[in-house]
Amino acid sequence: MTVNLAKGQGISLKKADGGTLTAVRMGLGWQAAPRRGLFGSRTKEIDLDASAVLFAEGELVDKVYFHHLVSDDGSVQHTGDNLVGGAGQGGDDEAILVDLERVPGYIDQIVFTVNSFTGQTFAEVRNAFCRLVDETNGQELARYTLDGGGPYTAQIMAKVHRSGDGWQMTAIGVPANGRTFQDLLPAILPSL
Amino acid sequence: MTAELVRGQNHPLPQTRLEIRVSAGDPVMAGAVLGDERGRAPDAAWVAHPAAPRLPGLEVSQQAAADHRLAVDLDALPAAAHRVSVLLALPSGAGGPARFGAMAAPFVAITGLDGAEVVGYTITDLDSESAVVALELYRRQGAWKVRAVGQGYAGGLAAMLHDQGLPGAAELAAAIEAAVDQAAARTIAPPPRSVRGRGEDKGERARRPGGKNEPPAPAAPGPIDYRHPRRRTAQPPRDSPAGPSATPPAAAPRPPGAEGRPGAEERPAAPVAGDASGWTMDERLYNQVWGMFEDLARTVAAYRGAVDFAESRMERELDGVLSDPRTRVGPAADAAREAARGKQMRLVAQARAVLDRDLGRLADESDVVEHALPPAYARWDSPVWQGYQVPFETPMAVRLGDLRLPERDDLRIPMLMRLPLERGLWIDSGRTGAPEAALMASAEVRRIAMDTAVAHAARLLAVHPAGDFAVRVIDPAGAAGASLAPLLRSGALREPPAAGARGVSETLARLTHRVDLVQMAVRSGAVDSLPPDLDIADQLLIVNDFPHGFDDRAVNQLRYLADEGPSVGVHLMMVADRQDAREYGPVLDPLWRSLLRLTPVPDDHLADPWVGHAWTYEPPSVPQGSEVLGQVLREVGRSLPDHRR
Repeated sequence: MTVNLAKGQGISLKKADGGTLTAVRMGLGWQAAPRRGLFGSRTKEIDLDASAVLFAEGELVDKVYFHHLVSDDGSVQHTGDNLVGGAGQGGDDEAILVDLERVPGYIDQIVFTVNSFTGQTFAEVRNAFCRLVDETNGQELARYTLDGGGPYTAQIMAKVHRSGDGWQMTAIGVPANGRTFQDLLPAILPSL
Repeated sequence: MTAELVRGQNHPLPQTRLEIRVSAGDPVMAGAVLGDERGRAPDAAWVAHPAAPRLPGLEVSQQAAADHRLAVDLDALPAAAHRVSVLLALPSGAGGPARFGAMAAPFVAITGLDGAEVVGYTITDLDSESAVVALELYRRQGAWKVRAVGQGYAGGLAAMLHDQGLPGAAELAAAIEAAVDQAAARTIAPPPRSVRGRGEDKGERARRPGGKNEPPAPAAPGPIDYRHPRRRTAQPPRDSPAGPSATPPAAAPRPPGAEGRPGAEERPAAPVAGDASGWTMDERLYNQVWGMFEDLARTVAAYRGAVDFAESRMERELDGVLSDPRTRVGPAADAAREAARGKQMRLVAQARAVLDRDLGRLADESDVVEHALPPAYARWDSPVWQGYQVPFETPMAVRLGDLRLPERDDLRIPMLMRLPLERGLWIDSGRTGAPEAALMASAEVRRIAMDTAVAHAARLLAVHPAGDFAVRVIDPAGAAGASLAPLLRSGALREPPAAGARGVSETLARLTHRVDLVQMAVRSGAVDSLPPDLDIADQLLIVNDFPHGFDDRAVNQLRYLADEGPSVGVHLMMVADRQDAREYGPVLDPLWRSLLRLTPVPDDHLADPWVGHAWTYEPPSVPQGSEVLGQVLREVGRSLPDHRR
């Protein structure tokens, strides 16, 4: 069952059987721009990027994005940059995997963001979504539909943060503008 | 409160001890130029840059990086300095973008020591520029202010330094570029990425606008084994079709069910040699060793990150106690200090516990793996050498030594380098680098450097099939006779070392000719028509005492061999002290940079490709009094067909 999250809504990452989540994946998918002919108007590729930013008590510690695919400690991995998008059928075109058990103890929040590197706003991108998945069983925890999302080029999607012994996820869903996650840092800070 | 500056805007600085943070999408180098009252820098001593990173009150990074933190203490600057310009430039060699317009806009921020941001500035509107003055800190009526400058230079670093009024700007720019290249050259090349994580970088695409790239495969869903980043356990394929590396008995497939269970922590599976993907045991062990290398780098990165964070948090909290007059003295202050220290110690202890757990597992794995390694990967004291036989196939890689980190001295990762070698080797016989070498007599360092070179050469000979690999030696003054004796006695060396200027020029001429011939044959697709008397074995040329006995022509031939040789099977091993060749000046810098520098004594000069820790390299050592080297070389010598001798 998919939860379409509302802004600010939090869910605890506990499984139905009482165990806590150990691994989550952020998936991002969108439909590639239609191919055009050889001449005339050029095909304008759409490149969305998923990023994860690791914080310790509000201080940026590490980040995972297309230039730094694995966090230094190895707990967060980006599966690789996709520059053009996919079929728009719901499959992830980019994914970030987080092994929550390997995340170093002092890191208490991981924020997931999406940016449009090529500059199209979410109003112009078709079938774009991002979602969080329980990686151990493939169950979808949360989903955002990005297209029709208005004149924004970025979205601060959600954060997973420590609570008690385990982790909790809170939907943020704040639209923003920027080419890479660095541009979003000022917008992320209020959500920490 | 953070002030977001726009170009030209200025802002007062409340403190004099500051940190300047730079984040850019691609590696950039950062530097700073001090200016006098008229805003000019009188000479290069006023510039902090990667080749000379430290000035009083100011320090920059020695490497190009996507993120920088420059520590600045404005009170400690020379009294004559009235201005600090913070510069960013793109490194020319690294293969990254050549202009700022091809990457995300760099962001610079000034923060206090507590991490609170004072000002931030995004440098926008850059296009063909490859260097930029980002910020300017300046003294105005006794107080310091910052101005967002954002002045780009299409002419690059040299043009920017020239504009700062520096004499000799072009030379300085070249020196800085060289230092950055050199820092990059110290990084051990990562293994080819055979698994996920491949992605064309944005800079690549920006250089080819409109390029029609193959879209990468969509991320495959499905569960993944997380315990080792980038390590995937595979069921070993049925017995490898060939390969002299006898499958060690320990190489059993991992028990089913132990896979992909991140929660299996309570009962970690016993380590198994060959626990990585690959078609042959050789490849599986190679991947496993690189996986251990990466795991060690990452777990230590997590630990060091936690320690840094704990310390900066404690300092912040102690500063907070001190700056509040109500809490500065008295029992409340003591309690607050105690609490801050307690928090720091708890976090460090927690991180240490995780580190020790990981190190323990890696040490267990290392014990198992070390015993299963075939000769190409084994230490010289391994029993595997006792049953040594000349192999029928070339292995994937050879061991060039060991790597370790100070967090655990006894955990040593074999440093495996792919064959054929892509870079030449340089065994540094100088006394300047390693502290251990500095204590030794110069002649002693030279002797052990040559011994180390012979150990490397012996291993290379031993892991290649009979007659596929030949070693030649240039020893102009005949200084290395004792070290070379095992090679000579065994008949593994086909010709005596070349001596004197004439020997140098003859050997180099012959190898140069060979590289040229083979290149021509490969280019025209006529490898069959090579002359029958041409020795088709890969060649390793050991050069001792460079540049003794070398004239300009020989130096040029050597550089040609270093550049062109590896692709056609001619490899270089220099045993040299760079100081001996200093009169050549910078013209030899590219040669030194192109070689992988190894030391004859332990030295922490190598960096891993993931996190960039400084690893201590330990050269391979043959146990004292052991006959193993001689035995192995005799075996190699015996295997050579007579007509080749």
